[in-house]
Amino acid sequence: MSQARVLVVAEDRVSTRGRVYTTEGVRRVNRVTYELLNRGRDLAGKLGAGVDVVLLGVALDDYTELIQRGADRVLVLSGPAGAVGPTPGQRARLLEQLIREEEPVVVIAAATTTGRTVMPLVAARLKTGLTADCTSLDIDPGDQALLQTRPAIGGNIMATIKTRTRPQMATVRPRSAPPAERDPARQGQVVERQYGEDLLVTPERLVEFIRDVTQEVDLEEADIVVAGGKGLGDRSGFVLVEKLAGVLGAAVGASRDAVELGWAGYPHQVGLSGKTVAPRLYLAVGISGKIQHLAGMQTARTIVAINNDPGAQIFQVADMGIVGDALELVPALIEKIAALKAAKG
Amino acid sequence: MRIIVLVKQVPATDNVKMDEKTGTMIRAGGDNVVNPTDENAVTEAVRLKKETGAEVVAVSMGPEAAQQALREAYAMGVDRCLLLSGRAFAGSDTIATARALAAAVQKAGPADLVLAGERATDGETGQTGPMVGALLGLPVVTYVQKLVLTGDSLELERIVEGGFERVVCPLPALVTVVKGINQPPIPPLHLKLRAKKLTIPVWGADDLDLPAAELGLGGSPTRVARIFSPKLSRATVWYRENGGREGLSALADWLTGEGLL
Repeated sequence: MSQARVLVVAEDRVSTRGRVYTTEGVRRVNRVTYELLNRGRDLAGKLGAGVDVVLLGVALDDYTELIQRGADRVLVLSGPAGAVGPTPGQRARLLEQLIREEEPVVVIAAATTTGRTVMPLVAARLKTGLTADCTSLDIDPGDQALLQTRPAIGGNIMATIKTRTRPQMATVRPRSAPPAERDPARQGQVVERQYGEDLLVTPERLVEFIRDVTQEVDLEEADIVVAGGKGLGDRSGFVLVEKLAGVLGAAVGASRDAVELGWAGYPHQVGLSGKTVAPRLYLAVGISGKIQHLAGMQTARTIVAINNDPGAQIFQVADMGIVGDALELVPALIEKIAALKAAKG
Repeated sequence: MRIIVLVKQVPATDNVKMDEKTGTMIRAGGDNVVNPTDENAVTEAVRLKKETGAEVVAVSMGPEAAQQALREAYAMGVDRCLLLSGRAFAGSDTIATARALAAAVQKAGPADLVLAGERATDGETGQTGPMVGALLGLPVVTYVQKLVLTGDSLELERIVEGGFERVVCPLPALVTVVKGINQPPIPPLHLKLRAKKLTIPVWGADDLDLPAAELGLGGSPTRVARIFSPKLSRATVWYRENGGREGLSALADWLTGEGLL
């Protein structure tokens, strides 16, 4: 029998530059793909398997980096001709077809809007198990099964899940692993596959992608998230958070309260009914820290909270707690950072 | 036209507190609510009902107590409700749940449009909706924040990373919605009262055209192998700002040290 395969589904969305597959766009994958390759190599090493990365209906200009960061084979599946881009439905058809042909033991994709749509469609059609939003993946040394660990019940419980069908499929939370290192000596293969147009005929059609200028820095991909809550008092208080995010090159997050008060749009909402983020720094300003909110940010590497109430629950998950008036501290912090950046040139 | 909305009952999280010492959740009481984005799905269905005269059916799977979630959906303007309940369904993972729901949609349908919340706040997988669509052979559009029905076609706007996608999709289809799509209204009193007295049909595994082996724990390809509590609380370094700006300086130093500036 040929060597077992671990299949990594590339995420070909470049968050800060728009979509890659528009003709004028930059054709590359985004960082989470390299995080997945890191996971893929680890799992493949434990299984004695090879790592394939698949591009679902999107061609890149160059595949060297995917190989240098861990792919043994880059599988490029042709997409719909002349379309704005493949829909999740079309990507699902391509992925399903490939899995039937290659029979990988493990399939991982990013837990993004694309991955979280494509993977359930494929898993349902293949009648196999799928685990959502994993923060840790491992191989059981006993039965070689994929151990899929994910937060449950708002992150208050971690569950490790096993799949008894094959392939074992999982979506993986962005930023939950570092990207694979680049090794210029690594060798790999690029395999292009053309499928019949009939495979890509789906009822739904993508008409256009509209960039959201308020999401200048993508929340789920950002190194730093600066988030504001009700404690900022009003919309003008929230503007301070946006300014701070601006000088830090950070994404803007918001508590549910801040969104409901109309200070920020829903795409900025962090928490159970919004987005889940795991940045290197989460700076919470004027956020009390209801479980609803904590569920969306408690896996951040470092959490700093600024709040005038020392009893605020947010401090329970904070590495650094600054008790004071946000409206006074944030402008001072902006000034300090601007000065540091200016000094750095 | 018929719209079927998938509804899940979830534990309320609004008044949940965290245990300061263990960093685990203290769930006061046992309050259950309709999953928030499912409320948005119901609201959208009822809006389309007013536009088109469509019949709206709410389907849920869960324990007998999940009837309460369906009563709340009814009070929001749903025409009829259906609960899948019974031991055969217990322990279902997302695909086993989707199988049961898809079979129920088929039997209660056919549906021109299936609506669901983007994800439930308890499991947070967001998988069941798309899986139901795949099993029914319907096109699936997820993360929808705007839905316009023109004739038998949907114009949709989905929230994706960094922006929005405009998608056109003919009916029948399955659409999952996010919170931003609408503001669920407070149900009128007369419907709330009527909902209380409503008899909700409960279907068991025998009512569905599915082999028992495909349902419940036995029909679930995934299984929880281990559960553990992560420690949420961290060792907080405290700064009390009284004009000295020590906290801000410490933060700025940390940012510099991490190379984040």
